Amino acid sequence: MAFRPTTLLATAALSFAALFATAARADEFTTKNVDEWQAQFDIVAKDGRALWTSPELGTNGVVCAQCHPNAANTHPETYPKFQKQMGRVAALWEMVNWCIENPLEGKALAADDPKMIAIQAYVTKERRGVALAPGKH
Amino acid sequence: MGIDRRGFLKSVSGTLLAGALPVTLVELAFAKSSENFTFAYISDSHIQHIKGNKFVRNWDRGLLRAVAETNLMTPKPDFVMFGGDLAQLGTREELDHGAEMLSALSYKIHMVMGEHDYYLDLGEYWSELFGPHYYSFDHKGVHFVVLNSILTYDDWTYNRWESGKQRMGEMAGLDNPNGSPFMVGEKQRTWLKQDLAKISKDTSVVVFSHSPLQKIYKGWNFWTEDAEDIQAILAPFNQVNVVYGHVHQIQYNQIGNIAFNSVMATAWPWPYPESYAQAESHLPVLTVPMNRADPFFERDATGWQFIDVNTGRVDLRYNLYDNSSRTVAFNDAKRRPEDTAYQNPANRIKAQDHY
Repeated sequence: MAFRPTTLLATAALSFAALFATAARADEFTTKNVDEWQAQFDIVAKDGRALWTSPELGTNGVVCAQCHPNAANTHPETYPKFQKQMGRVAALWEMVNWCIENPLEGKALAADDPKMIAIQAYVTKERRGVALAPGKH
Repeated sequence: MGIDRRGFLKSVSGTLLAGALPVTLVELAFAKSSENFTFAYISDSHIQHIKGNKFVRNWDRGLLRAVAETNLMTPKPDFVMFGGDLAQLGTREELDHGAEMLSALSYKIHMVMGEHDYYLDLGEYWSELFGPHYYSFDHKGVHFVVLNSILTYDDWTYNRWESGKQRMGEMAGLDNPNGSPFMVGEKQRTWLKQDLAKISKDTSVVVFSHSPLQKIYKGWNFWTEDAEDIQAILAPFNQVNVVYGHVHQIQYNQIGNIAFNSVMATAWPWPYPESYAQAESHLPVLTVPMNRADPFFERDATGWQFIDVNTGRVDLRYNLYDNSSRTVAFNDAKRRPEDTAYQNPANRIKAQDHY
């Protein structure tokens, strides 16, 4: 991946600016809003579960859930972390792609692909309540 | 625990160094070492058809490797067990392809039924290839029983699904909430009682099942619904050993006179149930887990084993690719299976932490 961290930060700053420019005042949201936002998340996490059990991510019929029932042993709370085989600190989405390309013999997804976001929503939802432990092995 | 076994292990270690075997070997030991013997155990290969003549390469390699390495054992094992889930979706293509790979074994093989072999056609084609779903045999004074432990409630099997293919697909997902708990069932329990009525209570009994015959975690069917009933049938015998597949990981336990041991998969490893943060599970406290799998090594945390049969108890010798071998042997003094290296908490290693 050849992206430069500075470019990434600049893009993130722009996104935040755009968000604040269009949003109402920060404290003006209701329980109904919260429920709606949670529902949006749950829909995406459900899409993620569908992908988790779907052969469409790969080419050989193998699905994520075959090795990771309930997304167990994916340890989303430990990322980013150092991966000795990559020789650097990697994010969860890169490990998802590793599995898509190897056991599933499929094509890697972009980091911001809605499918990748859905997969991460599902994986983290199954891990809810576990304390963050970045870098943990 | 005689000279025979030590000699045997020495030669196996030689092979291990050469090829880093992952099979489980089982040895049963007797008071007279001349009665000890060994058999090999290969399990959970999950041969998966893609289309035409294409199969998932990864799972094929696991089974091919276990078969090739089992054939290299010296002295030779008395026989080979296959612990179920030869196929992924129970199709003729998968069962034929798996049977062809197993046919390369130089030894007699006994088969156990797995749910992935069964739920497409209720084991019909598997039976054509391998014979009855449950049976018993005797070998060197030990009574071996093979159960089909992956049956479930009739309503789920016969009334719920439009096709066998759909039924198989639902049962194939380990974490699928539409699945159903495994059981041996009344018919086989009656058969088991009759089968065991013929032998003395001092006879060593080894039971092979696909599911654990104990209750560990229902959500992934690390579970047998009528486990207590089967344990009650086995309880009057002085030496009972249950060896099961399905779980794709090392587990062991002792309940009364019954020692429980699981075998490795050749296809892929599974997380320990405690790794799922949203549900309670009951891994036997006795079990020292195998190392956490490294996804960058395709065969890591898979393997096969040989089993030494000593004084009627089984010792499992796990050959784990890209890992040190493990031995879970029956400790006569404590009357339970123990890992010969890691049972003492002080000896455990970092990679055995699962979370």
